[in-house]
Amino acid sequence: MSEQTAIKYINAPQDEATVKSLKAGDVVRISGYIYTARDAAHKRLTEALARGEKLPLDLKDNVIYYVGPSPTKPGEVVGSAGPTTSGRMDKYTPTMIEQGMRGMIGKGLRSQEVIDACVKHKAVYMVAIGGAAAVIAGSIKGEEMIAYEDLGPEAIRRYEVKDFPAIVAIDCEGNDFYKVGIAKYSKE
Amino acid sequence: MREINVSEITTAVAKLCIDSCCFLPQGVRDKIQEAIKTEESPLGREILSTLVANYELAERKVVPLCQDTGLLVVFIEIGQDVHFVGGDLETAINAGVAKGYTEGYLRKSSVGDPIFTRKNSGDNTPAIIHTKIVPGDKVNLIVIPKGCGSENMGALKMLKPADGVEGIKKFVVDTVRSAGPNPCPPVTVGIGVGGNMELCAILAKKALARNIGEHNADPRYAALEEELLELVNKTGVGPSGLGGRTTALAVNIEFANTHIGGMPCAVNLNCHQARRAEMMI
Repeated sequence: MSEQTAIKYINAPQDEATVKSLKAGDVVRISGYIYTARDAAHKRLTEALARGEKLPLDLKDNVIYYVGPSPTKPGEVVGSAGPTTSGRMDKYTPTMIEQGMRGMIGKGLRSQEVIDACVKHKAVYMVAIGGAAAVIAGSIKGEEMIAYEDLGPEAIRRYEVKDFPAIVAIDCEGNDFYKVGIAKYSKE
Repeated sequence: MREINVSEITTAVAKLCIDSCCFLPQGVRDKIQEAIKTEESPLGREILSTLVANYELAERKVVPLCQDTGLLVVFIEIGQDVHFVGGDLETAINAGVAKGYTEGYLRKSSVGDPIFTRKNSGDNTPAIIHTKIVPGDKVNLIVIPKGCGSENMGALKMLKPADGVEGIKKFVVDTVRSAGPNPCPPVTVGIGVGGNMELCAILAKKALARNIGEHNADPRYAALEEELLELVNKTGVGPSGLGGRTTALAVNIEFANTHIGGMPCAVNLNCHQARRAEMMI
């Protein structure tokens, strides 16, 4: 996809060794199981943690996909399901990473606190192409409701994915591919 | 006097919801295709090609281009010789939104109140409706399903007359640059200048309601649109904000009279999909 990078095929959940092998700018295809969560689910998860409650999913080594899919049409596995803006989850993310979350998929910039947490606990932030929601849905092969069904599109679901397309934006050494890419093409 | 039953409006709005969310306007497709030819970043070209695959797939399967099918913004121009019968207009528009978003399997993203309960209304109502009374006996509807990834990156600044055109340029380019990848570039930049605080914001949205490729009728503003497009494309933000030449597909400016002491400016960003649909009744 980019000049020098071959596609890396990786699995989810991810172990620490896999995360360490990923570098900012790598083009990846993810297969396995990932969980969906966005604003409202993050709020509930971190509030549950603050109360000392058990979470409805074990975050250890898991990948969270920031998505609120459109409703599923009859005959389809899922609705359109592209990434939402990750920055809105920044407030909750360091807590989630401390719980063992190993990977995130979304789009857009992250805070320094998130980058620091990725370095400290060896986690990775990957991005999918915003707005490519119909294409991305093609890599989702199964869906299971996990928690917070009342939140509708914001409920936590488990997706079975096959070759889900993403790009590593922030690796566990703290490199940020957004900065590198934009600096390369800036003419200001 | 022409009588129009509001049920016609409901039917029209429902169709426009589905059309705008599933079928990308031809003008936007053409701009993306052009950008594939000029984009210098290989990854950028790959991303733009994926967007082509996405709009082709969405059209073939009649599914939403993006899962965020937005809050629905409706610009309705009503001929002053039209008399609506069969109910009230606003209820009819919202009935169309509910019908379109439900029957089209579009995501319902409207919550109220915004601070405390944030409860989803369940059918994506209410729409945000801008009404204008015009001469004639026709009704023109333009709908824009507006997602929040791009909407959150907008900005409004009460610039002063002494800031001049340079102040406008700096504000617009700073807004696009700092938005970076978040509004899903290549963006369309809607700019409202003049009026007062609320009018410049509405003008910025109106600028996004244009067919892509249309310029302001005033040649000085049309030239500024072109210049701003060049400037934002120098930021290097590029497709998906991962670096490249294609940061924006278009820059549209709308302006209005303003106060002797002011030059308010609003910048409203749209994602690469620049979704819209229009119907004349």
